[in-house]
Amino acid sequence: MPEENKGNGNNGKPGGLLTRVTTGVKEDLEALKTDLPAKAKEQVEILSKPTKTQLYTSIFRHKHDDTPRNRALGVLSNVFLHLHPAKVNRDAVRYSYTWGMGGITFYLFFVLTLTGVLLMFYYHPSKVQAFRDVLYLEHDVPYGKLLRNMHRWAAHLMVIAVELHMFRVFLTGSYKKPREFNWTVGVILLVLTLLLSFTGYLLPDDQLGFWAVTVGTNMARATPLLGHEGPFGPQLGMTPYNDVRFGLLGGSIVDANALLRSYIWHCIGIPIIASVFMIVHFWRVRKDGGISGPAPVVLDSEVKEAKK
Amino acid sequence: MDWNQLWQILSAPDNVPIIAMIPLLAFYIYLGGKQALANDKLITELEANPALAKTHHRKTWPFRPGWQKEVHVWPFLLRVEFLAAIIVTIILMVWSITLNAPLEEPANPNLTMNPAKAPWYFLGLQEMLVYFDPWIAGVVMPTLIIIGLMVIPYIDTNPLGSGYYTWKQRRFAISTFLFGFVILWVSMIFIGTFIRGPGWQWFWPGQTWDHNRLIYEVNRDLPDIFGISSNLWKGIFGAAVVGAYFLIGGLIVNGLFRRSNPKDYKRMSLLQYSIMMTFFLIMVALPIKILIRHLFHIKYVWITPWFNI
Repeated sequence: MPEENKGNGNNGKPGGLLTRVTTGVKEDLEALKTDLPAKAKEQVEILSKPTKTQLYTSIFRHKHDDTPRNRALGVLSNVFLHLHPAKVNRDAVRYSYTWGMGGITFYLFFVLTLTGVLLMFYYHPSKVQAFRDVLYLEHDVPYGKLLRNMHRWAAHLMVIAVELHMFRVFLTGSYKKPREFNWTVGVILLVLTLLLSFTGYLLPDDQLGFWAVTVGTNMARATPLLGHEGPFGPQLGMTPYNDVRFGLLGGSIVDANALLRSYIWHCIGIPIIASVFMIVHFWRVRKDGGISGPAPVVLDSEVKEAKK
Repeated sequence: MDWNQLWQILSAPDNVPIIAMIPLLAFYIYLGGKQALANDKLITELEANPALAKTHHRKTWPFRPGWQKEVHVWPFLLRVEFLAAIIVTIILMVWSITLNAPLEEPANPNLTMNPAKAPWYFLGLQEMLVYFDPWIAGVVMPTLIIIGLMVIPYIDTNPLGSGYYTWKQRRFAISTFLFGFVILWVSMIFIGTFIRGPGWQWFWPGQTWDHNRLIYEVNRDLPDIFGISSNLWKGIFGAAVVGAYFLIGGLIVNGLFRRSNPKDYKRMSLLQYSIMMTFFLIMVALPIKILIRHLFHIKYVWITPWFNI
């Protein structure tokens, strides 16, 4: 048995641990001298073509040379763009046909979400603080005034854009078969837009919002059957403390509960509901055959009457 | 002429969107109308010449053989969308820098604002309060507007004019919608914003708002004019008048509709036709009520112990 080899580890060759380490290091340095420049050169080559890197190709799953296939993939393989088809009718991109109001509405919803979330950082929905928060926002928060202004004007602009979008869809007859259902979804979105705007009106807790919401919710008193001043309301046992207005305001007057309720509806409730309807709306636009036109004109004589 | 008063109303920050909406609406009515007339011209040409109709390009946009019928969304549509987003952002930025959102005194339930106005997009409904009780103007009417809009695709049986602007092929639909949208919705908003002053009284543009002005307007109810005094007969009389409106109005509209739109009339089922009639007559009832208020100072037509119309 080669007892002397046991635990020695250098197989009978001369030299100790130190020699082995130094030779090893020398070898490594020699290797680095050749490898490092080679690897550096390789790296520069890779980095000079960033679109070939693993990082890039993992994010962007296809090439970007200007080929028809890549143009289509650029839309289809992108989650934000994939609601679009790859191709559209050449006239459908004309502004004079679409007016772009649906897209602008969606963009304004996006702007409102962004500015709204920022505003939420500075706002407490309580009677003690709400008005002061708005003053603070206007006078002390950097760009706070701009933020509030943008939120307000984007909201007004959104109401106008929604109404013009509906107007265009009507004028082009785009609600006709097979798009009937999507029109009704659109009407719901119109209502939700108005409600979003209305619930936001109270939040500054100033005279303007307070009296506008007072006027608005006083109407609810007169709801037939469900309001205490409405037709047949008193007969059904409606009082100011149990009718539909009480449910809306969380009380019989516009006060702290009403502020909190409109805050929650404005910031959480209606945006979620509206988002769901928007998803359906956009999905149905695609499923119903994309944008309605500009379609070729049809003559009266060409209409085939459905059999009854 | 009180220029200061006029300027105060016009320059109120929350009124600016309405001022912006008027030229916008006018521009888009023009833009849609222009294309509708161009399409109508093409339709007339093609209808007169069946041979041409077989070969002619069916749009007013230019098209030559060999052109692609479709274009890629990237970049042809996306660049339009991107541009629109940039333009809207710029408009918003400029608007937000130059005009401050309104902020009044802290909310004070003991200090009533006069006039207390709803947000501008509801002023059409608030204006209706002059002519109708709150349960109609504030609850029933909005509900009917929403439902009425929703049923449009299901009662419009005209297959023509789908996907292009036209006036010739959809006269009834377009004029009804324009009437509802421009006259009953937008112009009422306009009146509610720029005309109505303290006490919701009528002040012409430039007229000074007088907070102490009183109008001694004596409005009568229709049954009073006919000397009906008992409550029972008032109720019966009102129901008869409203019923007669729907009956006679329905007969008139029916007579006009089946003559001017014979094909639509034939296509519509009984349910579609009655829904259309109901909504149409209710919509027309608004300006009629406004008219009889101003011409005859009539407040209510139908009086019952539970509700008045």
